Order: sequence, then structure tokens, then C-alpha cells
Amino acid sequence: MKGINKSFDDVKILENAEIHVEDKQIHALMGENGAGKTTLMKILTGVYRKDGGEIIINGKVKEIDNIRASENLKIAFIHQELNVLPEMSIVDNMFLGKELINKFGLIDKKTMTSLVKEKLQLLCVDINPKILMKDISLGFRQLVEIAKALLLNAELIIMDEPTAALTDTEVALLFKVIRELRDKGVSFIFISHRMEEIFVLCDKITVLRDGKFIGSKKINETSFDEIVSMMVGYDMDDRFPKVETTPGDVILSINGLTKKEKFEDISFNLRKGEVLGFSGLMGSGRTDVMHAIFGSTKYDAGSIYLNGKKANISSPIIAKALGFGFITEDRKNEGLVLDFAVSSNLALPSLESFKNKGLINDQKITKTVDAFIKKLRIRTPNQYIEVKNLSGGNQQKVVIAKWLVTNPKILILDEPTRGVDVGAKKEIYEIINQLKKQGVAIIIVSSELPEVLGICDRVAVMHMKKLKIIFDIKDATQEKIMEYATGGGK
Amino acid sequence: MKKIGKLYKKFGTAISLLILFIVVSILNPKFLSMYNILNIFKQVSINGLIAFGMTFVILTGGIDLSVGAMLGLSGMFLGLMISSGIPGFMAILTVLLFGCALGAINGVLVSKVNLQPFIVTLATMTMYRGLTMIISDGIPFMGLTKTAPVLDYFSQGIFLKVPVPMAIFLALLVISLVLLQKTVFGRGVYAIGGNEEAARLSSIPIVKIKTLVYIISGFMSALAGIILTSRLSSSQPTAGTGFELDAIAAVVIGGTSLFGGKGRIFGTFLGAIIIGVLNNGLNIIGVSPFYQQFIKGLVILFAVILDRKSNTYT
Repeated sequence: MKGINKSFDDVKILENAEIHVEDKQIHALMGENGAGKTTLMKILTGVYRKDGGEIIINGKVKEIDNIRASENLKIAFIHQELNVLPEMSIVDNMFLGKELINKFGLIDKKTMTSLVKEKLQLLCVDINPKILMKDISLGFRQLVEIAKALLLNAELIIMDEPTAALTDTEVALLFKVIRELRDKGVSFIFISHRMEEIFVLCDKITVLRDGKFIGSKKINETSFDEIVSMMVGYDMDDRFPKVETTPGDVILSINGLTKKEKFEDISFNLRKGEVLGFSGLMGSGRTDVMHAIFGSTKYDAGSIYLNGKKANISSPIIAKALGFGFITEDRKNEGLVLDFAVSSNLALPSLESFKNKGLINDQKITKTVDAFIKKLRIRTPNQYIEVKNLSGGNQQKVVIAKWLVTNPKILILDEPTRGVDVGAKKEIYEIINQLKKQGVAIIIVSSELPEVLGICDRVAVMHMKKLKIIFDIKDATQEKIMEYATGGGK
Repeated sequence: MKKIGKLYKKFGTAISLLILFIVVSILNPKFLSMYNILNIFKQVSINGLIAFGMTFVILTGGIDLSVGAMLGLSGMFLGLMISSGIPGFMAILTVLLFGCALGAINGVLVSKVNLQPFIVTLATMTMYRGLTMIISDGIPFMGLTKTAPVLDYFSQGIFLKVPVPMAIFLALLVISLVLLQKTVFGRGVYAIGGNEEAARLSSIPIVKIKTLVYIISGFMSALAGIILTSRLSSSQPTAGTGFELDAIAAVVIGGTSLFGGKGRIFGTFLGAIIIGVLNNGLNIIGVSPFYQQFIKGLVILFAVILDRKSNTYT
């Protein structure tokens, strides 16, 4: 692929992106979240159409307009979220939409089953094809997806974060299969955030950043450090306004917090007027920890201390009463009632405080909401407009505002600037700084390293469900954080 | 077109009702007699009360199929108590609590046990219906207003020149209006229907509110059961059969979204009257019962289509 361009609504997602995959090669495609990896692969597989550039396959320029076309070119895409029908058997899943038909016009189960068996054996997987998809492990589901690709006689298989949900043994099995297939002539494009995996498995690495091609390196000619700096490589400027404060007393103490399969043995302290960043890759367990602290999910072990006293936070209702606020990662599904007016959303967590003799005082709500719209510079024609009509940045400000109304002492922000444009981002940082000056203790979960380095006082790094290290900001660099976040370090 | 859409959204149900009124009264002027209007209100009050309860439930994104069965069971329980000599006033209060308890069972199963409202209330509907038969052995309790004259007041009484069923209906309209528009509970009802996860994470007490809406539905059904028992002066084992459909129809005609989060109790009020006027009007202009059913269905369909259309113009 050469010089690929792609824009969505005038936002350039890809600009001169390229990748060259050779025969019998396992090629890693790397980059931060939002670097354009998945978009590039979706162009290659006909999910999106490119705006410019060319795709050359076996020396010939090809147009790939739809998924069928890419399948005909023997390219298969195994998505991060596997699209399986759990209540159907392996055979039925593999032949979904491509069922074989016998001479009576009925589905030819026999031939299908024997074909599946054959492909699975090729992968050294001995499993009954009639088993339901829901009854096999995630690792096996990945292998079934590969078998499905082989059914199409795929010569190039793209895998998007296939190991994100697998256990170590499952990963080992998957890698063994991938290597064997490579030796039989199949090429792979492998998208992963885990550096150690890439270096164990792949032959070559291509790095994208902000939709641009940064470089390609052979695996034996590069290092962890080089790839990480290729991936991050921002210039820091005053995108991150700074305030200096002296953190106060410890307000929140987390001790050995554990939830099976989500996070293990998480411990940290949080001070008043301090901003603690949580860094790590997607799926490393950061968001799950925050939900557990806020009481919106349960945890199995460990304890939470608030001002030195043990706190039993079993629901968001209790969390709010104790002074917590939680700006969730997914503002559309968790943060906002999209069909509600700005004012209704803003007042939602603090309705109780607008009560007067049991009835809600709407004038008080109107006044408060107006004040917050001004304070946070939320751009909306008026407070009665449905929140779904606002831009992403302003929606995010509504989510932040609705928790500020509750006067939180501890504020958790999960990816507060995702999908927010640069200007609004800076305004959000300024709000955070203000709160910090007022002595609010703040936790920010963020996948954007420059943001973490720009606004936090300390940075906790999580990898594979564990908290690996907490850096003081003056000791932290992007490279160091990336190293710990991808399982290196020490 | 956009303007018409917006206008319809605001006043559509009222306009439809007006048109219906005019058409029926032209076809038969007797329709407009005071006697007939009061009669309509008496009939509407039963379905209207149930529909109020249903509105709370539907606003949270749920549904309550058991309302008719709760009405029947409450009425039967009332008949049983009065026949066994419990004073009428006591019996009525007990039945109201009993209705709340029946609703609470639905509420807890939906909110705590996290089952689908459709399935839960389908099951309890069948159970409550069965209980009604068990209590009565299929035989109605008769002559109840003679045994307990206070019961008679619920259908024949006059309160401030207004027939009691109508007064109750209007009173509960106001109470529901205040509950939904002016209390924390009401805002929570809308928020849950709009986005339950966001509501939960905003520290809205989901379990409490969801349980409460089913309790309200049970209460309204029991109250409607008392009025019906009073009017018939007897508890019929099959009373309330199919009432859930008219109630849902009233809510939908009134513009409440079956997905929850959007709707008004006043819309339900008008929706219930539309259904009442339809029933009464079609009778009065002499349409055969077979055609009546068909026409009622058609009206519901039109209401939903118009609602969908007006929603796309926002």
C-alpha cells in the first residue's frame, strides 16, 4: 500500500500512509491509539474506500471497493472484537453467509463439517466442529477465525490485537500456529500494542503516527526504544497549562484492590490537590479499577480508605455521598442521556440538592446550569437544547459540569479529552487545574502520553491488570511509561 | 412541514381528540349530552388510571402486562373481604396496599433480579389471573354495595359536583403530573428510560425507582379494580381481562415512547379519553362491534405513525 489518504468529515485520518508486506512475513503495524492502523487495514479489506494512493498486490495495482473484493484477493481480516454467533456451532460460524448447498438445495452439513475438520487439523487443533462457539475459549475462537481465513485460501491475514484477551498459554499456541502458517506461505499483518510480543513474533515493523507513515524497520535491526520514540515523538509545548500547588493530606488510599480477570492487587494513595495519571494500554484494567472505586462494579478483595477510614462503596449513590465524581470514558453510553436537554443532564447527579419541600425547584436548576455553562464555556444556544446536538468537546464539558455541580472532593476522569478538539482540550486542562487549586483530588485515566505528562503530578502505569509503577512526573518520560505499559521496565 | 411536525408534537393528541369529538357529534348530536359525556368519563377513569400507572413503567423503558390481572385479583380480594364481613372502608384500604404489594413483586423481579419486564409481567399476569380463579372458584361475589355501602360511593358518589370516578381520575392526573415533573423520583424515571447506564453512574437509585414504578402501577390497578367492583356491585373473576392493551394503547396514543425516556402523563390522559370517546362514539353512531375493534386498531396505528413522523422533524 502506498500513499494512502483518507479523511472523514474533513478530518484527515490517513496522510500518505504506507506498508509493504512481503511473502512469508509476519509484519507488525504499530502506533498509538488513533494513529490510523485500523483505518488503513479497513481500506485494505474494503470496509472503507481510500481517497487516494494505490494498493499493489503481487505487482498489480488493485482497486478494493468492498469486502468481497478483498476476499477474492485472498485477504482476510480478523477483527479485535470477534464477530461470532455464540449460540451456533463452529461449523455454522465458519460458513456463515457462505454455506455450502447440496443437490437438494439444502445445507450440506457433512461436507462443511469435514472441511472445517481438515482446516482445524492444519492448525493442529483437535476440536469437535459441532461444539457451540460459546463453549470454547477465546484463544480457540481466534484459531477458529484463522481456520475461517484458511477456508478462503487467504494469503494475507490481518489480525487486530488478537492477544488482547488471551492467556499466556493461548498466546503461545496462537503464535505457534501463526509461525507454521508463515512457513507454509501465508503472510500476516499483526496489530498489537505489546512490544514484547512484536519482538518475539514478527519479522518487520511499520510505525504510523497521526495517520502518517513514520518508518519501517526489520526486527533484528531495531530496538524497543527506537520503536517507542517513533510511535510517540510529539513536541511538547504549552498545550498543557501548568499550575504549581503543594498537595495536601492523603484523602484516598487504595489497598490491594483485586477483581478476578480485571485487575490485581492495586494499591496507591491520592492527595488533596494532586493530579494522578493512570497510563497503560487499552484493556490493561485502568477503567475497571475506576469503576470499582466508584462503586459501579464490585471488587473481590482489597480495601478503600477515605481520609484514613475504611469506606464501603457499594454503589455510585454512596460514592457520590462520600464526595466522589466520575467522568466516564464512554460519554455517549455512560455519561449522557443524549435525548435530554443540557440542563437535565447537568442536574442529574445533584437533583437532591435542588429539592425544596420535596419538590424540585426548577428556577434554581436554571440558574445553576447557566452559571456552569458560563464557567466552563460550554457552547450551546441555550440550556434547553438536547445534548446530542452539541459537539463532542462541549458534550464532554457537560459531563464534567454535571459532576462539578455536586462539589466533588475526589474527581475521576476517564479519557476526558477523547474525541475532543485541541482548543476544547486545553480548556478542559484549565478546568482540571482550577479544581486542583481548590484542593480537589483528581485521577485522570488517559491513553495520551503527552496529556499525562503535561497535566499530572504523578503517573501510575498499568500493564496486564497490574499496577507496575508510579512515577513522579519529573522522573517520567514517554519512553519510560511506554516501556512499563508494554510489559518492559525494571 | 417542519412547523407542522413541531406543532403536532405539542398539540397532536389534543387536535386528534378535538377532530374525533367534532366528527362523532355531527354524526350523532346525542353524543354531546351531559349525560353521555359523564358516562364517557366514568368509563375512561378505569382505563385511564391503569394507563397512568403504565406511563410510569413505560417511561423507565419497561412494560406492565399484569395490570388487568392485578385489577381482577384486587377486585376479587375486595369481594372476598367484604363478603367475609370486613368493614368496607378497611377492605378498600387493604386492597390498595394489596395492589402495591402485587406491583412490588413485579418491581423487585425487574429491578433486583434483573429480569425482562415483558417476561416478568407476562408470568405474574398469568399467576394473578390464576389466583383470582382460585379465590373465587370461578364464581363472582355479588351484592357487595349492599353489604358495604361505602363501596357504592366509588361509582355513584358525587364529589364537588363531579362524579367520584372522574374526580379520582383527575386527582391522580395531578398527582402523577407532580410526581413526574417536580420530584427527584420523576426525573429519575425519565433518566432511566433515557439511558439507564448513564443514570446509574449519575448515582440515580435505579433499583428503588424501578421498583416504585411497578408499585405505582399496582396501586393504580387496585384503585381501578375498586371502581369497577363498585360499579358492578360484584367481583367478576374475569374482570380486567385485556385491559393492559387499552392501557398501553392510551399511553402510546398519548405520545409516550415505548423505549422510555420520552412522554407525558397529560398525553396519556388525552390518549385514554380518545379511546373512551372512540368506544362510546362508535357505539352511539351505531357501528357494529366487529368494525369497532378494527377501527380502534387503525387509530392506534395512525397515532404511532404520526408520532414517528413528528419526531423526525425535530
